[in-house]
Amino acid sequence: MAERERSHTRPKGGVFVPHAQVLSSADVARALTRMAHEIVERNGGLDEVILVGLQTGGVPLADRIAGILAQVESVQVPVGTLDVAFYRDDIGLRPVLPEAATDITMDLTGQVVVLVDDVLFTGRTVRAALNALSDFGRARAVQLAVMVDRGHRELPIRPDFVGKNLPTRREEMVDVSEEGVLIGMLEDR
Amino acid sequence: MSGTALEAGSIPAPRASIGPHLLSIADLGHDGIAEILRVAEAFAEVERRAIPKVPTLRGRVVATLFFEESTRTRLSFETAAKRLSADVLSFSVSTSSVKKGESLRDTVETVEAMGIDTMIVRHSSAGAPAQVARWAKRSRVINAGDGWHEHPTQALLDCFTVRQVLAERQGRDPGELGTGCFEGLSVLIVGDIRHSRVARSAVLAYNALGARVTLVAPGSLLPPSLEGWPVEVATDLDAAIGRADVVSLLRLQAERGSGSFVPSLREYTAEWGLTNERARLLGPDTIVTHPGPMVRGVEIAADVAELANTVVTRQVTNGVAVRMAVLFLLLGTDPPAAPDEPRKVPAHG
Repeated sequence: MAERERSHTRPKGGVFVPHAQVLSSADVARALTRMAHEIVERNGGLDEVILVGLQTGGVPLADRIAGILAQVESVQVPVGTLDVAFYRDDIGLRPVLPEAATDITMDLTGQVVVLVDDVLFTGRTVRAALNALSDFGRARAVQLAVMVDRGHRELPIRPDFVGKNLPTRREEMVDVSEEGVLIGMLEDR
Repeated sequence: MSGTALEAGSIPAPRASIGPHLLSIADLGHDGIAEILRVAEAFAEVERRAIPKVPTLRGRVVATLFFEESTRTRLSFETAAKRLSADVLSFSVSTSSVKKGESLRDTVETVEAMGIDTMIVRHSSAGAPAQVARWAKRSRVINAGDGWHEHPTQALLDCFTVRQVLAERQGRDPGELGTGCFEGLSVLIVGDIRHSRVARSAVLAYNALGARVTLVAPGSLLPPSLEGWPVEVATDLDAAIGRADVVSLLRLQAERGSGSFVPSLREYTAEWGLTNERARLLGPDTIVTHPGPMVRGVEIAADVAELANTVVTRQVTNGVAVRMAVLFLLLGTDPPAAPDEPRKVPAHG
């Protein structure tokens, strides 16, 4: 469990100091496989299903789910990315900056969009993502897949596919990476 | 890969501080320019969407205060503000109380008293936006061109456009190039430099990004002193043009009396214009920019304006994304200015 520099974390960045490993990388892989199967099961196949990874943490997870779906169903699901910075409700309250690219080239009208993120917390990112998606067409349904649901919701939002439900304290921090899921605190440099 | 851990954890801190006002490229430095170019890429993506509008600055009010005529800059700023969902108020001298003799200070105070968040100021006097910024109690001020001094957003969109073209040629994302593509780039600025605020901003911006800037102009249209300018001066346009990666043309500013600085327009065009003959001396990859409005037949031949490497239309398109980035960085990363006095809310029974 290595300490990790998080230079872009608000307000001035800091060092993520992990306290415990919650999921190993093998656990994450298994959870993604299960979630991929759940997505197929829920939608009765993958017709008109599109994965959209939320920048930045959700993007690699969306790619991995698409990879698993390609193996088990032999279907290449379209994958997009979405940066919700411009749709946040805390613009002006704290620094909000676009971090990475939005790349949704397809019209979402009539499609089932599965939003993919790493951690679900207050739900405000998802709220912003829902608003953003509506600018790309009227999706038939939007579903939410997250690796970790850590609670503390501030909006009536719930995930459809969850890797792990993880009770946390508000001030704690959850870090999802290729090494697995860590829980810890952000400390000053 | 970073986890969206704390809600706050997903939100990056600004990499360079920008603001509270944008008066000069010199306020930004390398990091500020790089940050504006980076954020502008995100807004260029917004512009390519079916619905090119985001709710980012909803409820904010942007006023354009133009004490001097303009088409593209005003339209560009207003489009940018509207695509960010800000409300836009438009002020022009000819229809305002300035005609009745109101002073700049009183105008600014009046506008600000209406709860304006940002004033975009164009004025024929150098330094007017800086003066407005000193008077402003709560609004941000953006310089949209002041006299012979500066026109910062024009220089930013020039840099943005040059990077975009260079990225396309390499088949890469402009964001990936960062500012490295400007290192050692040879930029030639041609024409009425004396009266050009665009040239002043461009010199500062290109220089901050590591490009080498050369000025070429008739002696009468060079500034009275170039001391401290990080530039070289060439006297032979034909010799300089072949070595340039970017040729930035400037308009001969008749309204600032440029006409009396050259013997005749025809002579100016023959010596200093980008004529068809001279365009053949351009390298195959040389990018030609012009801030507009172009006077075809004077500083640029009509056919040259249509060449593939002439990016004038693209500059106009990119101007919107760059101005969106400037507005967003000035307004979106700071808390809304507090009103002078806290509003008193009656306590509930």
